Amino acid sequence: MDSPSGHSNDPVPAAERGRGGVGLVDEPAPNPDDQGKNTARRRSARRRGDVVFARLSAAAGLTLVVAIGLIGLFLLIKAIPSLAADHANFFTSTQFDTNDPKNLRFGIRDLLVVTVLSSAFALLLAVPVAIGIAIYLTRYAPRRLSRLFGGLIDLLAAVPSIVFGLWGILVLAPAITPVAVWLNRYLGWFPLFATGNVSLTGGGTIFTAGVVLAVMILPIITAVTREVYRQTPVAHIEAAQALGATQWEVVRMTVLPFGRSGTVAAAMLGLGRALGETVAVLIILRSSAKPSHFSLFDGGYTFASKIASAAAEFSAALPTGAYIAAGFVLFVLTFLVNAVARAIANRGVAR
Amino acid sequence: MSKRIDVKDLDIFYGNFHAVDSVTMAVQPRSVTALIGPSGCGKSTLLRALNRMHEVIPGARVEGSVLLDGEDIYGSGISPVSVRRTIGMVFQRPNPFPTMSIKDNVVAGLRLQGVKGKKELDEIAERSLRGANLWDEVKDRLNRSGASLSGGQQQRLCIARAIAVRPDVLLMDEPCSALDPISTLAIEDLMSELKDHFTIVIVTHNMQQAARVSDQTAFFNLPGAGRPGRLIEMDDTAKIFSNPNQKATEDYISGRFG
Repeated sequence: MDSPSGHSNDPVPAAERGRGGVGLVDEPAPNPDDQGKNTARRRSARRRGDVVFARLSAAAGLTLVVAIGLIGLFLLIKAIPSLAADHANFFTSTQFDTNDPKNLRFGIRDLLVVTVLSSAFALLLAVPVAIGIAIYLTRYAPRRLSRLFGGLIDLLAAVPSIVFGLWGILVLAPAITPVAVWLNRYLGWFPLFATGNVSLTGGGTIFTAGVVLAVMILPIITAVTREVYRQTPVAHIEAAQALGATQWEVVRMTVLPFGRSGTVAAAMLGLGRALGETVAVLIILRSSAKPSHFSLFDGGYTFASKIASAAAEFSAALPTGAYIAAGFVLFVLTFLVNAVARAIANRGVAR
Repeated sequence: MSKRIDVKDLDIFYGNFHAVDSVTMAVQPRSVTALIGPSGCGKSTLLRALNRMHEVIPGARVEGSVLLDGEDIYGSGISPVSVRRTIGMVFQRPNPFPTMSIKDNVVAGLRLQGVKGKKELDEIAERSLRGANLWDEVKDRLNRSGASLSGGQQQRLCIARAIAVRPDVLLMDEPCSALDPISTLAIEDLMSELKDHFTIVIVTHNMQQAARVSDQTAFFNLPGAGRPGRLIEMDDTAKIFSNPNQKATEDYISGRFG
């Protein structure tokens, strides 16, 4: 038992064995004359196989790129006529009036504000909790409990978002109203907690939506961070333990620095989800005639919930195009978030 | 600073697997004690039991006692964390903290013990790096990552990190097995310097190394597959390598061992 923790270099010989095995096709060829020809033919066949496989996988990869490109293109083509017919400023207007195709007035300012605010708030709530759960599951919990608890978290991801929406507005909103009232009363001078454009006690606010979104993105962030933390090399953990680090010090010295880029990537993944969440937000947020004040106690629509709310009326091309334009902005936004996440995750690998 | 270790009737287990059978041995202060024997004989396991690193593996436990200058490190009320702060360890593979600078690596243990003064940390970092014969090679790049060093330098960095907290005992688990001969020589030279200050216990597969660096040698063997490893004999290194008492020891050191 010289490597009791199983972190010896065993996988390498195994991998080499595997690699050797690919080439070592049983050579029957007993006839010395045939042998040269035989292996040559086999080798060229394998090369052809390689080429076919390389092309196939390249094609598969390309399909994805093309699909994404086409989606973007489709959105853009459908949106451009409506954008040209827009009588309001697309980026700064708070209106979204598409009833009269001859006088379209729509802008994404409030959609952007509500989307970003609710998602950022959700992220702020979910990330620390997810990190805490991941640390608990990987470093503290007994193995059996860890598995049970981990499964439970994953189960949370399987709850339909419509259920989260109903729970959010009917159960959660009344429950957290006192907190919202308190924040508004004592910290109302701070813009985020200022009185919003919908009823505070009604609960149909970004505040409520953010909490629900936080619960919804918690599983994915937890699952990813948990996997990353689990990968922390045993050698680093033992180095810290041998210096007399307590469990928390081990986490601080090895697990968190090792998992930092993974944690960021997980958060970005969660953010992507929150930005695109539709039904739950649609159910929770109350609409308002007044523009947003950048307050958590505003109501309104996110990009996704706005589009969903109008889905029944997508008949005329021009009004529909207005919503597609909003969808395009959401598309770009989530694309950016994912690109940032990827860049951060790759930087972690390069190091 | 340098303390003696008395192992008494120590049995070591992984869950139900009995890994080491009833070891009794004494490790003298200010000396190098080598643990040798075939793979799987339990020498690394025993080493890890000496600073309570063994028990970080789920299900691992020991029976018996390990006395550090008369005090049982497995006694009730003794926390493994405090044991590990006074008994340092160097691992088979160099394992500096990759996200820390060279200097931060050296003083990591001191930071854990609450030493805060920058001047004090700088002084101890220099003293420890000098003690590990690494200072001249890294003094111009103390703020670079520890991962930027070569394997041999990383291992000396780990030794500097272990001695920075002035431990009573230094445990080394095959510290040269991942290193080239030059780096190995550097570490062996270092060991003979360090034994003036520390009690050193080293596990090695390299018998020449054991013969070169150690004062005492303990030979472990495995009676059979699935059976626990046991201490065959322990004596002065010169005696073990010239005229051991047991036939098994002689067979092993002369290479006549299966």
